[in-house]
Amino acid sequence: MAEAVLGHPAAAPGLSVPFIGPDAARRGIGYEGIAVAYKGTIVLADFTLAVRPGEIMALIGPSGSGKTTALRVTAGFVRPLRGRVHIGGRDVTDLPPYARSIGMVVQNYALFPHMPAYENVAFGLRARGAQEATIREQVAACLRMVGMESFAKRYPRELSGGQQQRVAIARALAIRPEVLLLDEPLSALDAQIRLTMLEELSRLHRSLPTLTVIYVTHDQTEALTLADRIGIMRDGRLVALGDCQGLYRRPPNRFAAEFLGRANLLPVTVEAEDAASGLARVRFGAASLMVRRNPEATAGQAALLCIRPHDLRLEPPGPSANSLAASVSEVRWKGDLHDIGFEIGGHRLRLTAAPLRTPPEAGALVNCYFAPEDATLIPEERRG
Amino acid sequence: MASLALPLPGRRAFRPGGSWIIPPAAVLGALFFYPLALILGESFAGGKGAATLLNYASVLTSVQFASALWHTVVIALLATAGCLALGLVLSLILAFIPFPGSRVLARVIDTFIALPTFLMALAFTFIYGTAGILNASLMQALHLGLPPLDFLYSQWGVILAEVTVYTPFVMRPLLAAFSLVERAEIEIASSLGAGAFRIMRQIILPAAVPALLAGGSLCLLLTTNEFGIVLFIGAKGVVTLPLLIYTKAIQEFDYTSACVLAVINVCLSLSLYSLYRATLSWFGGRSAGLV
Ligand SMILES: Nc1ncnc2c1ncn2[C@@H]1O[C@H](COP(=O)(O)OP(=O)(O)OP(=O)(O)O)[C@@H](O)[C@H]1O
Ligand SMILES: [Mg+2]
Repeated sequence: MAEAVLGHPAAAPGLSVPFIGPDAARRGIGYEGIAVAYKGTIVLADFTLAVRPGEIMALIGPSGSGKTTALRVTAGFVRPLRGRVHIGGRDVTDLPPYARSIGMVVQNYALFPHMPAYENVAFGLRARGAQEATIREQVAACLRMVGMESFAKRYPRELSGGQQQRVAIARALAIRPEVLLLDEPLSALDAQIRLTMLEELSRLHRSLPTLTVIYVTHDQTEALTLADRIGIMRDGRLVALGDCQGLYRRPPNRFAAEFLGRANLLPVTVEAEDAASGLARVRFGAASLMVRRNPEATAGQAALLCIRPHDLRLEPPGPSANSLAASVSEVRWKGDLHDIGFEIGGHRLRLTAAPLRTPPEAGALVNCYFAPEDATLIPEERRG
Repeated sequence: MASLALPLPGRRAFRPGGSWIIPPAAVLGALFFYPLALILGESFAGGKGAATLLNYASVLTSVQFASALWHTVVIALLATAGCLALGLVLSLILAFIPFPGSRVLARVIDTFIALPTFLMALAFTFIYGTAGILNASLMQALHLGLPPLDFLYSQWGVILAEVTVYTPFVMRPLLAAFSLVERAEIEIASSLGAGAFRIMRQIILPAAVPALLAGGSLCLLLTTNEFGIVLFIGAKGVVTLPLLIYTKAIQEFDYTSACVLAVINVCLSLSLYSLYRATLSWFGGRSAGLV
């Protein structure tokens, strides 16, 4: 829970103290108060984050939110106005890219077109003056790791998108970096290959468990599938951070709730809290509901209630379930599920369920239910 | 079923008949092939009526021809080398070391292509000539009685002028090739540990090879045929093939020799032009989408 609220505007000032430990946190990648501006426009503001060694951290966010910029700061292609970057316990803020022990894969791979795959992978080792025997061994190992050993002689233009991607990863890993930076590596591939590549990336990381990975994407499925933790960015700020499940189940703010997965959001007022049971009573219109308590939304405050579409039911899930009277506005069958739209007091809700034998008809009045532990309170956003 | 293959009535395919070719062929023939044929005929007949190779024999063995061919080749090769070197350096700076106004400068250099070549020769006489700005100021500054610089009226003056005039022809394809080198490639190369020299040698130059070859062979063609600059500079003893043709025809009224030289010059140009086309199509076909 403590983590889920990190990055929330209210929690931000206190962030840096417990978060960046003296050494443990700096062993992976540590960002402390990074600010970046292009031509006077701030595109990364007070970016503070600790990526643990060996973890896969996904950075997601809408276009222009500063994800690539964060990666470029890590790699050393952009100098921050303020703040420090640590990699593997060293302050690398003033180090050039090649001294930072990073490997980078960009969206369109940027393979060197005049070199065959082998030479692409060997490039970093040659530039670092490795022995020919070491190069041969290391390049072969990296190509094998990404399943491209039989394509060593091919030029990039003779490879498919997925194969180019693998070569780009092998090229980044050949210099044995501590950190692998991936900027939307799957966005140029079609859906089928994307799934395969996701699995391969997981497998690759299992075989290199000490490799710290930052994975930038705007695809929440990729992030949820691959990452240990997810950071959500918006307008150059980290607005939410947490492990995948926690962040999905207990989004700290409205933006996180809507960006990661789909969410039903209802305006409620907190009436009473019960610290012992961990529940709170809230009022939504005339209805009184029991939901999971959030210490940041205290009695008397306005808040948003977040219920995921698959947590809404047509049958009560338990004796303590909440119930809401709603009118069905639309029913859609989507093969493996039913997607039902409701209206409650002018608010629209969605419910998804495994295909129903007898789905309700549009216009019908029904009760829908949810368990208190499936509903999360999001404190009303404080402005300024 | 067979009727499906018949053309639809009223929508007859446009099929140019044989007669369409006559007007363009007539224009081409009158303006281009006829004069060429006259030159060719004159070079063999020499006004005497019977075709003979004696004209060629006498021109090819003359000292004048040997000297002109030598000057043409040396000036063309050196000027082309100069264009390639200067063009490469300037393009690298313009493409990869952005400075304020670099775009404007690239545009200005580009417009040089539009200027007549002898203009540069004229400008050079104002600058480097015996009475030019440079010599005048040097004489004043160093209290000299004679102009210290006189390279302009030599082979080197011609080469310098040609390099100045034709370098944009190398820079144009080079800048286009450099704009296709992805910034990310260079960034990744540097993150892998490559220094500026390695990046230049292994990433940038391979991308520039087709442009260098194309620009270089175009320069070679243009400098081989250059006439205005050589004439304007009027360097003593520097006579190239085009200038020799001019001298023979206009000053010595030796039309036969002029025609023989013209035929040789045309053959030289055509072979250089084929080299240029071959370079373009070889790279175009081999790495389409790459260059
Ligand atoms: N070189 C640059 N010069 C000026 N502005 C830039 C530059 N690079 C990025 N920006 C701006 O910085 C902001 C953040 O860009 P960034 O590339 O980090 O976004 P992103 O989150 O990676 O977006 P996307 O998902 O579209 O890749 C954007 O508003 C962008 O316009
Ligand atoms: Mg980006």
